[in-house]
Amino acid sequence: MKLIINGQEERVDLGVATLEALLDRRRPIPPFAVELNKQLIKRPDFARTPLAEGDRVEIVTLVGGG
Amino acid sequence: MLELPPLRIADKTFRSRLFVGTGKYASYELMRDCLDASGCEVVTVAVRRERLYDAQNRSLLDFLDTRRYTILPNTAGCFSAEDAVRVARLGREILEQLHNPGATWVKLEVLADKRTLLPDPIGTLEALQALRADGFHTLVYTSDDPVMARRLKDAGAASVMPAGSPIGSGQGVLNPSNIRIILESLKNEDPDYPVIVDAGVGTASDVSIAMELGADGVLLNTGVASAKDPLSMARAMSHAIEAGYLACRAGRIPKKLYASASSPVEGTIVY
Repeated sequence: MKLIINGQEERVDLGVATLEALLDRRRPIPPFAVELNKQLIKRPDFARTPLAEGDRVEIVTLVGGG
Repeated sequence: MLELPPLRIADKTFRSRLFVGTGKYASYELMRDCLDASGCEVVTVAVRRERLYDAQNRSLLDFLDTRRYTILPNTAGCFSAEDAVRVARLGREILEQLHNPGATWVKLEVLADKRTLLPDPIGTLEALQALRADGFHTLVYTSDDPVMARRLKDAGAASVMPAGSPIGSGQGVLNPSNIRIILESLKNEDPDYPVIVDAGVGTASDVSIAMELGADGVLLNTGVASAKDPLSMARAMSHAIEAGYLACRAGRIPKKLYASASSPVEGTIVY
């Protein structure tokens, strides 16, 4: 399926198309937070959050800033 | 160093009145040492797409003691209320994972344009209202407009943070009269209401001026991170906070047009 992950279009083949499956594959380094189509998804909800064609996923962390 | 009275903002109390940003340092090691030298207890961070690891695959958090510092996540780079609220929620989610007390607050920036980085007052107010409804203690970056500062306080800002001058410009406090009016207006019937001068600090005297005017603290980043010797500047900023705080309470003499001799006229041998 096609997803837009952190602004980049990517083709991913997930067995079960959930946010958890995507994150299992990408393995971002904690701590991180995730948005699906501009909505924050909390960790306990990753497994029950389905992904659909064209979904926008943001995976963010903390960086230096003022 | 002297112990100044604690600074209270929302549910938090601090001994240091200097808030320091974590951006723009030449290395993570230098950032860590500057934060330490500044004596700050609050550090600001930004929320960005995960990728920002240095050449050795290290991240900011490898150099930030999250048990020592209260982390204040910002919404820098947001140009709409909607985006600022999204970023604030993402920041809270991460700080909750770190069990950091900064999870309950946010430094709100809603910017108007990329060249000036001046705040968008309407977007800022809209975002503040949404964040307040979502349970955030919101510290609000704003211009030095006293009317806007009052509106933000009335809308529930945990602290109003007027800019001394544009972000990263190093121009210091450009309009001390406006800062004075903001302080007078916001503290008139609420003397402990925290007002932090945020942005534009170029050197230690800028910090002292802000504190002499009566600000409760100063938030800065570039002034330290981009100094020739950031570590020395971090120390200087810390002393400047103290100097300005004490001078404010000591009460400066009025400015006079003509000289006034300090040595007695009586007893001079000149005739």
